Amino acid sequence: MSLLEVRDLRVSFGRRRVEAVRGVDFDLDDGQRLGLIGESGSGKTVTALAVMGLLPENATVTGSVRLRGSEIIGAPEAALAQLRGDAVSLVFQEPMTALDPTMRVGRQVAEVLRLHQGEESGPARERVISMLAEVGLDDPARIADAYPHQLSGGQRQRAILAMALINSPDLVVCDEPTTALDVTVQALVLQKLDEVLTVSGAACLFISHDLAVVSQVCDKVMVMLDGQVVETGTVAELFTNPQHPYTRGLVATARLDQTRPGQRLPTVEDFYAPDTSVGERP
Amino acid sequence: MKRAQLITGLVLVAAVVVTAVVAVFWTPFDPLRVVAGQRLLAPGWPHVLGTDGFGIDIASRLMVGARTILLVGIISVGVAAVVGVPLGMLAGQAGGWVDEVVMRVSDVVYAFPALLLAMLLAAIYGGSTVTAMVAIGVASIPAFARVARAGALQVMASDFVLAAKSSGTSRWGVARRHVLPNIAPLIGVQASVGFAMAILAEAALSYLGLATPRPNPTWGNMLRDAQNFLFVAPLQALWPGLAIALAVLGFNLLGDGLRDYLDPRLREVP
Repeated sequence: MSLLEVRDLRVSFGRRRVEAVRGVDFDLDDGQRLGLIGESGSGKTVTALAVMGLLPENATVTGSVRLRGSEIIGAPEAALAQLRGDAVSLVFQEPMTALDPTMRVGRQVAEVLRLHQGEESGPARERVISMLAEVGLDDPARIADAYPHQLSGGQRQRAILAMALINSPDLVVCDEPTTALDVTVQALVLQKLDEVLTVSGAACLFISHDLAVVSQVCDKVMVMLDGQVVETGTVAELFTNPQHPYTRGLVATARLDQTRPGQRLPTVEDFYAPDTSVGERP
Repeated sequence: MKRAQLITGLVLVAAVVVTAVVAVFWTPFDPLRVVAGQRLLAPGWPHVLGTDGFGIDIASRLMVGARTILLVGIISVGVAAVVGVPLGMLAGQAGGWVDEVVMRVSDVVYAFPALLLAMLLAAIYGGSTVTAMVAIGVASIPAFARVARAGALQVMASDFVLAAKSSGTSRWGVARRHVLPNIAPLIGVQASVGFAMAILAEAALSYLGLATPRPNPTWGNMLRDAQNFLFVAPLQALWPGLAIALAVLGFNLLGDGLRDYLDPRLREVP
């Protein structure tokens, strides 16, 4: 049995039943890292939220998501609350808004421990500080006592990483964790993520629109387009032998070093022309 | 400029609070003892603001009035906040039919005039400070519920609430640990504005004889007594009127000042 089994996942929103995810299947084993790649609106984030049972109430979800054998879809809120933070945790895209401005960072990181292990703030503080140090923050004691607005974007994103990893979850869902960061900080955060995941042995579902970023963390990649998975393979396979025209476009845009000077840079549209006709898609 | 507003508000409110606290322990003269030979004295010494139609020192009565008004304000705003804020948070967090029911009921209460409610209570239980507090408190619940609901909706839509949920925080935990601290400034502003309204309402009710009964002094019933001597001793009406105006102004300025101070979009660039 795999850690995470997703079968024919379909998500639609609102009264008009616009389908954001249209039949996604995949498995994720213990310790495996799967990249989920696609452009904005392709259903990556919706898939991630469905895995955690965090979709808003106006979403209609069908299919099956099994985490450690227990069904997520349709599960009662109390059962989900027990799984979240314990079996699965989430790393957010936007470090500026993912921390509560009224709460000290250390307390927010300790919150998961309080909820799932009943730890009081005294002993938890030790673990929080060592976790903050583990994700590469200098002076972790000071950061634990700081409020979010006193930290930089990179510091906040690493605090969020610490929050997601401190309770050693089996699965970490990362929703474009480095999109809001500049390139140097991005590299640092990715390196720390890689280290911490290796140490803890947690599985990872890594969402991004950037093939280069995904290839740094993941061994397997899934390409999503318009709510469907169009291609799955290892990073190496995808780079050397992309099957779907959209994937070929992605690979070409990620390999800017192969473009000769003076030549126009490739775009995804050179390989794959999206159906621009208005109305129901096939 | 904005800062001046906040400070003026603070000073006026502090003056009312200090006066009220002092009045608990000491007033220059007995605020209830009638002295027949000293009726309608002009301001002077030892009666700084003069005496009223019963020969009672006006300054002493004003001080005791401050006590009443502060008590009414604290209790009625307290009642309104304690009932209204949880209701508003519930409506904002639960959504759906719970939201509809809570907010429509609150609209009905909002549409019902506080004065009418006070008259109703006074007719049943007799006019007293308590009926005034209850009437003003109940009438102020919808304002708190609306502010709390609007704030809760905004906080619930934020990433950090999603983050809290993703680490397994329950709905109740989200409300207590995330929504409440984030809407606290809004509640504080509403409390200050609500206080000003409570003072005005209490003055109106006791002017009409629906709140604190005589001989206990309130600014409203002092105004009512002064009415009889309006052409003989017009200053008598001035003092309680001025006290009401300044107290209401103080709490309003404090509320506005707090709002501007807490809203970063309105904060002046130094």
